[in-house]
Amino acid sequence: MREIYASKIIEVVKDLCLRANTVLRPDVLDAIKANLALEVSPTGVEVMEQIIKNAKLAVSEQLPICQDTGYVTIFIELGRGVLLQGDLTGAINEGVRRAYTEGFLRKSIVVSPVFERENTGDNTPAFINVDIVPGDDIKITVMPKGGGTENASQLRMLPVSGGINAVRQFVLEAAEGAAKSCPPVIVGVGVGGSFDKVGFLAKKALLRPLPDSNPDPGIAKLEAELLVEINKLGIGPAGLGGRITALGVKIETMPTHIACLPAAVVFNCHAARQAEAII
Amino acid sequence: MTKQIHTPLTDNIISELKAGDKVEISGVIYTARDQAHKRMVDSIKRGEPLPFDLKDQIVYYAGPSPAPPGRVIGSIGPTTSARMDPYTPTLLAHGLKGMIGKGPRSPAVKSALIKYNAVYLAATGGVAALLSTYVKKVELIAYPDLGPEAIYRLEVERFPVLIAIDAKGNDLYEENRQIYRQL
Repeated sequence: MREIYASKIIEVVKDLCLRANTVLRPDVLDAIKANLALEVSPTGVEVMEQIIKNAKLAVSEQLPICQDTGYVTIFIELGRGVLLQGDLTGAINEGVRRAYTEGFLRKSIVVSPVFERENTGDNTPAFINVDIVPGDDIKITVMPKGGGTENASQLRMLPVSGGINAVRQFVLEAAEGAAKSCPPVIVGVGVGGSFDKVGFLAKKALLRPLPDSNPDPGIAKLEAELLVEINKLGIGPAGLGGRITALGVKIETMPTHIACLPAAVVFNCHAARQAEAII
Repeated sequence: MTKQIHTPLTDNIISELKAGDKVEISGVIYTARDQAHKRMVDSIKRGEPLPFDLKDQIVYYAGPSPAPPGRVIGSIGPTTSARMDPYTPTLLAHGLKGMIGKGPRSPAVKSALIKYNAVYLAATGGVAALLSTYVKKVELIAYPDLGPEAIYRLEVERFPVLIAIDAKGNDLYEENRQIYRQL
């Protein structure tokens, strides 16, 4: 067993939150640059140039890429050989609290979703997912994500008889809403599992690097085809018209019930924020 | 060509603005988003005064990140405008002339823009560090308890926007969508 102290987790989570919010994902920045030549809308080109300028400025001035520094989703891969000294959830939230209060990040979490909507004041709680894996280390991935793109997400229990076409149609229908979520977007799709698992799959798909495709050739083909279809919708950068609506489509699947075909679609805005570390 | 406009946003200026125009705004604008809109509309319903006079003013749908030392403001980009749709016609009826945000608006907002001779301006979402460089002065004027949703009075210089919906109801989001759609 390897001992890991909560104090170490606090420090790492704080650092990851700060880094994710000021440094645009390098693969996203590369994709924006590569797609500049493919964009036919002059407004679309200008928006993409602003994105590149913004990414540089955020690093040089240590400013958040986007003012909406998001709610914080945390993915933990906890090695079976780790002996945790302290409270994992508490340590993660303390790391988020320190990053957001000491690092000039916006606090965007409200206590009660329905009533007063009073701000928690420190951007906690983080939304934490834990996987137990082989090994004796902890991998922590931090994904701060804005509320605007989250609102464009959709989840549907599709008819089994609809098959791949039902999935395709649902993703394209959801993508119509991408104009409100800061395109060019990354499209995360979950298929299979259950009502609760499929949303998680879609979100996890957003973590994959852009050049990556699903190891299943059939799914990889669907990813490529959907990207082409979405970029025919005309939504374009910032939703102001153009070709480059999405930078990538990432699909994750898992086994499901004989009666079910759950599907979920979630978007990451072009201000895609993500950072990870292994302890 | 980029048009320069100075606030307040008078009817004379609005008559010159067409959907698709690139515009740079200088002068005073006010931030207000979800909860600030709710409170302002509640105040109007109760006949109470508003935190600022809406006449000929521009509201920016934005909640900035906190200002680090040495800067007037943190990052400040637009939030999704559609969430303000239910409140916008009431504010337009009370003199508001422009809103800066991102994304399409409802048919009711478009009708209200025509009725009250006002415009909807699009700033680029997600480039908030860049947009902060156009803000020269900041003053918190109302609802401090709302944190990032409070109302700030901003002085801006050449703040870049596009006319997304003009006072005749021409809608850049819809028009461009049709131009670039390949289905």
